Amino acid sequence: MQEAMINKAKQLLADGTVSRVIGWKRGEFAYDITPAVFETAEELEKDFVFDDFTSANVSKYLVKESKKEGKVLVFLKPCDTYSLNQLTKEHRVDRDNIYVVGIPGGPKLDIEKIKAKGITGITSVKNDNFTLKIETLYGEETMPFYEAVLDKCASCKSKKHVTYDELIGEDGDTLESNRFDMVEQLENMTSQERYDFWRSELSKCIRCNACRNVCPACTCENCVFDNPASGIDNKAPADSFEENMFHIIRAFHVAGRCTDCGECSRVCPQHIPLHLLNRKFIKDINSLYGEYQAGADTTSRAPLTDYTADDCEASIVHERGVE
Amino acid sequence: MQVNDNKEFQPLIVAFCCNWCSYAGADLSGTNRLNYPTNVKIIRVPCSCRVNPMFILRAFQKGADGVILCGCHPGDCHYTSGNYFTRRRMTLLFSMLDFLGIERDRTRVEWVSAAEGAKFAATMNEFTEAVKKLGPNRRLEDLRCRKQ
Ligand code: SF4
Ligand code: SF4
Ligand code: SF4
Ligand code: FES
Repeated sequence: MQEAMINKAKQLLADGTVSRVIGWKRGEFAYDITPAVFETAEELEKDFVFDDFTSANVSKYLVKESKKEGKVLVFLKPCDTYSLNQLTKEHRVDRDNIYVVGIPGGPKLDIEKIKAKGITGITSVKNDNFTLKIETLYGEETMPFYEAVLDKCASCKSKKHVTYDELIGEDGDTLESNRFDMVEQLENMTSQERYDFWRSELSKCIRCNACRNVCPACTCENCVFDNPASGIDNKAPADSFEENMFHIIRAFHVAGRCTDCGECSRVCPQHIPLHLLNRKFIKDINSLYGEYQAGADTTSRAPLTDYTADDCEASIVHERGVE
Repeated sequence: MQVNDNKEFQPLIVAFCCNWCSYAGADLSGTNRLNYPTNVKIIRVPCSCRVNPMFILRAFQKGADGVILCGCHPGDCHYTSGNYFTRRRMTLLFSMLDFLGIERDRTRVEWVSAAEGAKFAATMNEFTEAVKKLGPNRRLEDLRCRKQ
């Protein structure tokens, strides 16, 4: 796949269709794959990487890149195309200036799950027929591929590209996903149990803002959390409420706009299950206002910018479920 | 006005009322000498949809035990559709607060017209009672900041 992608990129650069390419290159470690921009065939050959750790959704980079001179080529997995659609819909990117090559999705690997097995000093990881062969400084280790799959891939909602100019490989379908299972489990707890769960999770937050920075729905030029006058700008948790405020408000801002790309949870250094907040909103929207998936198209009206005269009353929250 | 009994827990209730209906409704209940608890602190907003989710969270942060939002009846909003947006937003927000473990009886949306002074007083009495039963609000606190 990496080979085919490099060739495609070189060809599109050579015939002048695009002037630069958004892809990924290796960071400090073999499994650190970070987004990068390439401008020449040489750069592509030297650094372009696409492997089992290439999970970063690069659609957000298009906000800046699509506004520069010349077309930009971007490789998008199915989940990433939802994000691009959403950005297009909100006029955050210039879709005409983007050339999308759809590539197959995961499942991708989560290095933390490998490390959690006590495997350290990792120098390379290979997938050999769904057994991971892991080279380390201390010798070779193996583990089953499916035990190291990223959470976001384990609850994938769609293998279908919702926007592309060209595809490498076959397109898939939307899937029956188990993505609301955990939300449901929480809903079935008592409110005290939920309170305790979220107290312990949200109290781990170090306000690095990575979840906001990576989120393709969080593209406001002036984010409320960067406003020093708001009292909730980025700072260490000095007050007992700030991180809660941050998470509730951020989740609310992306309600009806979150494409459920799973990036926020993936990048969180504290492993806070942020997707549960977003999925709670998605689940509520689906059940109260009709099935809606942000990014599935570029024309439908978002649920929070829309209404009907016979919407349910807020008291529905009180009427349903267990206490 | 009711005189508070100091021994009993007295909840702090914040009521956001839209200028055109509910605030006038509150006024009317006053001129009609209807009682509603002194626990209720009214904040006037131009329209119910002026209430940003942050306002509700701030109210809880600053010590409210319950927050109620009152606006014109659906279809009667002074700005035509403000309260329809309010309805969706607050439904989702309250559901989220419930998801985070804030008891759902601490939040409410109620439609009160300028003519419904009696409804205003009754709503506030009832809501205050409900919150009183729940006791003081558990804060969305950060465990790291908890005083030992
Ligand atoms: S990425 Fe995690 S630690 Fe960083 S601000 Fe978000 S929730 Fe907090
Ligand atoms: S909130 Fe999280 S899952 Fe939703 S779009 Fe943003 S990064 Fe993706
Ligand atoms: S947190 Fe809210 S204001 Fe900040 S970037 Fe995200 S959507 Fe915009
Ligand atoms: S003016 Fe009363 S709800 Fe809009």
